Amino acid sequence: MYVAVKGGEAAIAAAHELLARERRGDPSIPEISVEQVREQLTLAVNRVMCEASLYDPDLAAQAVLQARGDLIEAIFLLRAYRTTLPRLGYAQPVDTGAMQLRRRISATYKDLPGGQLLGPTFDYTHRLFDPGSPAPAPSEPRGRVQPVAEPTPHVTVLLDREGLIEANATADAKPVGDITRDPLAFPADRDVRLQGLARADEGFLLGLAYSTQRGYGRTHPFAGEIRMGEVEVAFTPEELGFEVPLGRITLTECEMVNQFSGSAHAPPQFTRGYGLAFGHSERKAMVMALLDRALRSQDLGQAAKTPAQDPEFVLSHCDNVQASGFVEHLKLPHYVDFQAELALLRQLRAEWLLARGATCEASEPAPDSDGEAAR
Amino acid sequence: MSTPPVYNFAYLDEQTKRTIRRAILKAIAIPGYQVPFPSREMPMPFGWGTGGVQVTASILGPNDVLKVIDQGADDTTNAVSIRHFFARTAAIATTTRTSEATIIQTRHRIPETPLKDGQILVYQVPIPEPLRFLEPRETETRQMHALADYGLMHVKLYEDIARHGHIATTYAYPVMVDQRYLMDPSPTPKFDNPKMHMSPALQLFGAGREQRIYALPPYTRVLSLDFEDHPFERTRFTAPCALCGATDAYLDEVVTDDRGGRMFVCSDTDYCERRRPARQAGDGGERGHEHR
Repeated sequence: MYVAVKGGEAAIAAAHELLARERRGDPSIPEISVEQVREQLTLAVNRVMCEASLYDPDLAAQAVLQARGDLIEAIFLLRAYRTTLPRLGYAQPVDTGAMQLRRRISATYKDLPGGQLLGPTFDYTHRLFDPGSPAPAPSEPRGRVQPVAEPTPHVTVLLDREGLIEANATADAKPVGDITRDPLAFPADRDVRLQGLARADEGFLLGLAYSTQRGYGRTHPFAGEIRMGEVEVAFTPEELGFEVPLGRITLTECEMVNQFSGSAHAPPQFTRGYGLAFGHSERKAMVMALLDRALRSQDLGQAAKTPAQDPEFVLSHCDNVQASGFVEHLKLPHYVDFQAELALLRQLRAEWLLARGATCEASEPAPDSDGEAAR
Repeated sequence: MSTPPVYNFAYLDEQTKRTIRRAILKAIAIPGYQVPFPSREMPMPFGWGTGGVQVTASILGPNDVLKVIDQGADDTTNAVSIRHFFARTAAIATTTRTSEATIIQTRHRIPETPLKDGQILVYQVPIPEPLRFLEPRETETRQMHALADYGLMHVKLYEDIARHGHIATTYAYPVMVDQRYLMDPSPTPKFDNPKMHMSPALQLFGAGREQRIYALPPYTRVLSLDFEDHPFERTRFTAPCALCGATDAYLDEVVTDDRGGRMFVCSDTDYCERRRPARQAGDGGERGHEHR
């Protein structure tokens, strides 16, 4: 019996109730607090801040909880909040050279000024389950826990001194692009590309970056330096005319050193790929740097034939809020379009059967077994 | 949680080890040929030596003495990590002395001390396919190997010469194995290539992520690709090692300050330390036998 579908409102309310219950899980198990997520699922919180382009660990933690651990959903939540915030102005560029380092490694030099500092890393852990759940934190951390105070120049500065690496682009008068305020246009300059990569889905960038390492747009990368620590953010209000510190944020920066054999316009020197991410987000900073370099292929006069080298392909598909929205919109009703397709398909089939019936009437068994007979 | 998981000797289960040993035997039987094998997840990330670790785990016995180097050094973080892994999961003896090891797992170097009959050198390989950066598709490159069709590589080297006046490949320099298979020596500097030729040691190559194993049996002919008028040239250093004075070793550049200060020292730490006996007592770090 046909019932006109009018129960939408009640259905949605019931679905939300079910969602809330599922989110909470077994009520006999204590609920996780936002603070616990912020302190103990820090890397999830960092990823959400990164891809939502909003540095707010508390809100990001709340988003992770509310989204039941679905990080893309959490990113979406935080972005939807970010976009409502008034834009008061732009901070001064942060000085990562003055970063209070908690981690700093170079894969290009065994030792260098400022030293190698492993910091809190999974890198050399063995992925074996500890007996019982996660090991309790050691009460007295070994080794250096105070951030490095000595000046620690960027590795690329050392290379730059010898002219072995291309010079960094100097700031020009043109304001830095902002894809959260202006629509993305192609060809996109490097500032816009970097912003797109900074808020892009880590998994998508990871796969693309990996493809460049496997021959689809090779860039010969070396991890010149990865550093993580705190930097100060400063702002110059127009009415004051001088810098006011706003606070400290944690950043991860990756500078890739890439090979380049030179061209008609440039002598042989290393080229750069740059990655910067909120919080301790090392994988993200690395894949961003790999793709920054891959996307510069055309600017550097190299053939750009692979997906990772194509700015339009990468930037148009790297945003997980856009991508998941459009993929998941397939769940929405498409009754009307589908009805139109149905009618067309029926018409085409009738025409096909008619034409076929006319030419080979004798050999055709029955019109409804046409699929089998056609093979 | 239920009972804590228990791990086998050298981590992998015995069936898996047998599977990997069969791949190794096939690789030894066809020098330079890349044998596919069912690579496993290891408790360290792909790209960090999982191929080498699987090969080592499969051939390791309780009486073996293991040395692990990365960039020639025993004290680099990943070498320390892998050495600890086997010390923990197999309780075998480890060493930093090249001459005392029965198995040496390496990343990016071949030890300076000549290897002996009975020793096994296990290479960690990131990209086993020497043609990969000329042709990204595996279906194509496997056919090229089957037909010994290596024109693409010769053209690449020729283009280097046309452009730079010499072959501009400094590491992962392709070699021809026993006049049949083109092989990637893993990203060792080309300085090390001649050491592979007619080596008395068994050389095994493991690529975990790419699921390939290949091998050089002892005393195999291994020649670096070149041209009659542009013969292969080994990297040479202008200065000796600043610590031990070696003139025949591969050197690392160490940045000593931010005003352009540099020094050059042996990348093979064991070789360097053996050459400066006077300084051996004082300077810490892991050395000698570490029996566990």
